[in-house]
Amino acid sequence: MYTEKVMEHFRNPRNVGEIKDADGIGMVGNAKCGDIMKIYMKINNGIIDDVKFQTFGCGSAIASSSMATELIKGKSVDEAVELTNKAVVEALGGLPKVKVHCSVLAEQAVKSALYDYAQKNNLVVKGLEDFNPDEDVHEH
Amino acid sequence: MGKKVYMDNAATTQTKQEVINEMIKYFNEMYGNPSSIYDLGRTSKRAINKARTSVAKFINADEDEIYFTSGGTESDNWALKGVANANKSKGNHIITSKIEHHAILHTCEYLEKQGYEVTYLDVDENGVVNIEQLKESIKDNTILITIMFANNEIGTIQPIKEIGKIAKEKGILFHTDAVQAVGGLRIDVKDLNIDLLSMSAHKINGPKGIGALYVKKGTKLDNFMHGGAQESKKRAGTESVQNIVGFGKAVEILEENFDEHIEKITKLRDRLIKGIKDNIADIKLNGHPVNRLANNVNFSFNYIEGESLLLYLDMEGISASSGSACTSGSLDPSHVLMAIGLKHEIAHGSLRLTLSDSNTEEEVDYVVQKLVDVVNRLRVISPLKG
Repeated sequence: MYTEKVMEHFRNPRNVGEIKDADGIGMVGNAKCGDIMKIYMKINNGIIDDVKFQTFGCGSAIASSSMATELIKGKSVDEAVELTNKAVVEALGGLPKVKVHCSVLAEQAVKSALYDYAQKNNLVVKGLEDFNPDEDVHEH
Repeated sequence: MGKKVYMDNAATTQTKQEVINEMIKYFNEMYGNPSSIYDLGRTSKRAINKARTSVAKFINADEDEIYFTSGGTESDNWALKGVANANKSKGNHIITSKIEHHAILHTCEYLEKQGYEVTYLDVDENGVVNIEQLKESIKDNTILITIMFANNEIGTIQPIKEIGKIAKEKGILFHTDAVQAVGGLRIDVKDLNIDLLSMSAHKINGPKGIGALYVKKGTKLDNFMHGGAQESKKRAGTESVQNIVGFGKAVEILEENFDEHIEKITKLRDRLIKGIKDNIADIKLNGHPVNRLANNVNFSFNYIEGESLLLYLDMEGISASSGSACTSGSLDPSHVLMAIGLKHEIAHGSLRLTLSDSNTEEEVDYVVQKLVDVVNRLRVISPLKG
């Protein structure tokens, strides 16, 4: 049911862990629905130098987090804000329909960490004006 | 490829070779329709009756109280809809529990739409039906109590004798879904005052697509399948002779060394439970600690999710199952785990391992060892493990 790419990221998730002195931390999802993603970012001069994640969830949740962190590592904050769940799904070679919400959660986790970074540094990040970190993305 | 360990015997079991050997004859040389009067037909008829005798004996029923069906789901559907229809004049109230199989629950929901009233009994933290609530729920218009013999997910065995006694005293029909219980413990329908009982062959090393409904003589029950005169005009359709033969053989094998079989599986189960408890922290055994099926192990592992757990175990060649939402395709985790009061995140992290007598101690130890690794790996990834 999962693509080889999903299984590969699930088997060997990239960027697992936490960053102690993170510049931005985002946590989305809830235990009730069975998936929680937490993303940590180290940002220098507007560039995401390091990113790590922790996820409680199914195979596609872990693979989506892993892929999302890969897609934004080394990118600028402005580029990372542009990350869509669609891009995560495509990079994974597709997700089963009932699992697409995992990619939405990954997009939200990235935005949430960027939002936290922006808040802490009194920055306005284009694309995050309407972002609500507490929004429930569970529409599955 | 490495090792393969199958521990999902509550889902289905391997059909035993002796069973297949019996069945094959009824595909090639003995292919007659049991309703035909010539020798080939009579041979098939005799084979069916032999199987019927075996199944009847196994639960201490009479032969003419056993009706073959396509499986547990049909038996459950037939029992509920058949009793409801046939006893309409008496009442429209049915009592069941919150932890029944979907074959019961969805049939009850269907009957509710048809105007029947259904009471869903609560269970305690071990998954045992609340007997006091059962007594209080009985009304003048109650026509049926349907409570599963043992739960498919957490293995809890219900106080069937007590329920049977209550039903008898009140003159209410009592059905039990014994799909998981058959093969796990001795069942005597007379002693337990059971009026209807569902069973399935593929849970006891028989073929898929065959089951039976035991119907106590004199029970008012409408037909479910309409058509020919098969099964004493109670269940139409040409009999699945080879499957019935396989079912019969599976029961005979089980009957032959029942006590040894149970003893062996119980030992494996207890070794597995001990192994997991001794080696992994922050876990919970789901289901009754003592009154549980001989083959059932169900644990929740804090901080991790069941589907991930199953996929990692699958990579190690281990087949198991989970009550996580992600494995069911719905938002909510298993209704059984919710009914015993687990928090959502704990229910999402459940794992069911169900044994057969083909499993070995070495396999049990392998599963424990791999489970330790896999749970650790997932806990490292989890944000909940602080």
